Amino acid sequence: MTVDTLPYTTFFKAKKGIMSWLFTLDHKRVALLYLYSIMTFFLVGASLGILMRLELFHPGKDIVEPHTYNQIFTLHGVIMIFLFIIPSIPAVFGNFFLPLLLGTDDVAFPKLNLFSFWLYVIGALFALGTLVLGDGPADTGWTFYAPYSVRTGTNVTMSVVAAFVLGFSSILTGLNFIVTIHRLRTPGMGFNQMPLFAWSLYATSWIQLLATPVIGITLLMIVAERVFGVGLFDPSIGGDPVLYQHMFWIYSHPAVYIMALPAMGIVSEIIPTFAQRTIFGYKAIAYSSMAIAFIGYFVWGHHMFTSGMSGPAAYIFSILTFLVAIPTSIKVFNWLATLYKGSINIETPLLFALAFIFNFLIGGLTGLVNGALAADIHLHDTYFVVGHFHYVMFGGTGFAFFGALHYWFPKIWGKMYNKKVANTAFATLLIGFNILYFPMIILGIMGMPRRYYDYLPEFTFWNQISTVGSWITVSSLIVLIVNLFVAANKGKKAPDNPWDGITLEWQTKSPPPLENFDKMPKIPEGGPYNYPNAKSSS
Amino acid sequence: MDHTFHLPNSGHNFDAKASKMGMWLFLYTELLLFGGLFLVYMVYRELNSEAFLLASFKLNVWMGTFNTVLLITSSMTIAMSITALQKGNKILSIRLMWITILAALGFLIVKYFEWGAKFDHGLFPGMDHYQQLPTGERLYFYLYFFMTGLHGLHVIVGAVFIMFVIRGVKKGSVTPERYSLSENAGLYWHLVDLIWIYLFPLFYLIH
Repeated sequence: MTVDTLPYTTFFKAKKGIMSWLFTLDHKRVALLYLYSIMTFFLVGASLGILMRLELFHPGKDIVEPHTYNQIFTLHGVIMIFLFIIPSIPAVFGNFFLPLLLGTDDVAFPKLNLFSFWLYVIGALFALGTLVLGDGPADTGWTFYAPYSVRTGTNVTMSVVAAFVLGFSSILTGLNFIVTIHRLRTPGMGFNQMPLFAWSLYATSWIQLLATPVIGITLLMIVAERVFGVGLFDPSIGGDPVLYQHMFWIYSHPAVYIMALPAMGIVSEIIPTFAQRTIFGYKAIAYSSMAIAFIGYFVWGHHMFTSGMSGPAAYIFSILTFLVAIPTSIKVFNWLATLYKGSINIETPLLFALAFIFNFLIGGLTGLVNGALAADIHLHDTYFVVGHFHYVMFGGTGFAFFGALHYWFPKIWGKMYNKKVANTAFATLLIGFNILYFPMIILGIMGMPRRYYDYLPEFTFWNQISTVGSWITVSSLIVLIVNLFVAANKGKKAPDNPWDGITLEWQTKSPPPLENFDKMPKIPEGGPYNYPNAKSSS
Repeated sequence: MDHTFHLPNSGHNFDAKASKMGMWLFLYTELLLFGGLFLVYMVYRELNSEAFLLASFKLNVWMGTFNTVLLITSSMTIAMSITALQKGNKILSIRLMWITILAALGFLIVKYFEWGAKFDHGLFPGMDHYQQLPTGERLYFYLYFFMTGLHGLHVIVGAVFIMFVIRGVKKGSVTPERYSLSENAGLYWHLVDLIWIYLFPLFYLIH
């Protein structure tokens, strides 16, 4: 690290020793603890993904047994969903930047925040423990569908406990953010003067709070069913497996919005900064987050159109699913309208935000195809679905996550990364990503079912293309991460406000001092994105 | 410089409103946790209403009623203890909290005898008699043990929570001016009571 010449202590140096990190009450340090853990698990999950793509290079057995393949895709799902994508943006960037964006020095309950992190660690240990304890990791898929999850010999119990503990961690983070937003906004900042990332975290937190307990209790029922050998979901003893599916998706569909909404918040921060222009339709974006959270609560049935559902129920779930598209497209419209006639400054974060819109468009539109009843009968449980949700999760949330990392990197570390390398990594990542997942959409329409380790010879071509895409994707990710690593250690010093942003986090030093602000932050007049030098006004 | 300036809206300030809001939010999650169970109960009650009725006759209504009275009374004493604290009467407040804890203990003892009797009859999931029951009755007892068991855990947690408040009052961290911990314990205890108010008719009374 270079010697700091400025007369203040950064939060990195405010306290010393490993304990000051592991038991820190500083939201910024908690966020970084999350960042390092989450990135580690992301790489583990990605490696499992690579293994699956390698196995699928040829039809028939390539490198792993069918049973192992089932365990690999289950662990890939569990790690990517519960350990990476659900905590990703809220726990890392929410923790770090929510207090900064609101002009305060911490979340409302700093100790609870640390406790959430430790719950996350415990949950992660349970998830990884299945690798060595019991009869191996679960082979059920991340959905743990009954009755198979009740009967399989693999260590489902431990995976499920992991998901339960991680859910609890997520609930407490959400609780913390809601109270923070209600109580700790800087004097003079009303709800409608909040940056949009705060709004999206607010909507997300409500979902975390109100949906997660349902999966908690459902997973406990699975555990009890396995431990006592009797229960509620196995039809051989009078249980109803479809009931399990309902209970599972009552959480897990809203959870999709836990993953997507914060990503939309990131895009809403990046775009006005790099267009140097007031965001178009502030209230529409803010309230559409709440609308997505609300409607998202009532669409879970669309995962079960083929599981046995009455006609009227299917129509209602289908219509509600289509309704979610409205607030989502309102956002896309507003982002594009913000760029229109803006002074666009093309930097890495903006590229990620634009790629988010592109990928999310494909992910969203394929989602509507799934939401249409007749089409879903054909496409359900095919690779179409796998392609669809990877476009939303990785192409959407993943890209927003890396966009946020590049956007706030100079603020967190006070250094600037090599922009050329970052842009190259971005470009190859976008190309590799599309080569990896677009063939899946085609394969799904051709009729290739998901979850199998084998396939018919006619699917070989597109599978091989997809596997090649996975190599490009992972190589780009490595370049991207190494570039940031190098920059954090040896990068050039970045100014406090390299992108000319006007949200409050840019008013403090980089990296911020322990208390975040050493003078009262000033709220921009006329709204959080009211750029003084904007060429045109809306 | 950074030692002289402090934000007025610091997350490290004591904020009674924030802690109460946090407690309410936590109670929502508790409600939804039990909500999942109530949903399962509703579905299976609908599908097996006859069997649920027959199985419910095997519960002891008097023990259930006694426990209901205990919990409602304890809800009153905890509320009184908060008011006592707010009015500055620490000793009365602590006494009322101890009475609440005693009621919780009483509840658990009665529960112990109730569950014990079921064990003696082999009605716990996995036991011989249980396995011979028709499917609907098995589901009933499964849910009975699951739901009252989870509720029992909440009774224990609630009692421990109240003990922390007692310690806080004695140590002086919970005072007539700074009583949000005591209020939160009260809120939690009311939730424990309220859930029982629903469990009791669902398992013992509906005919």
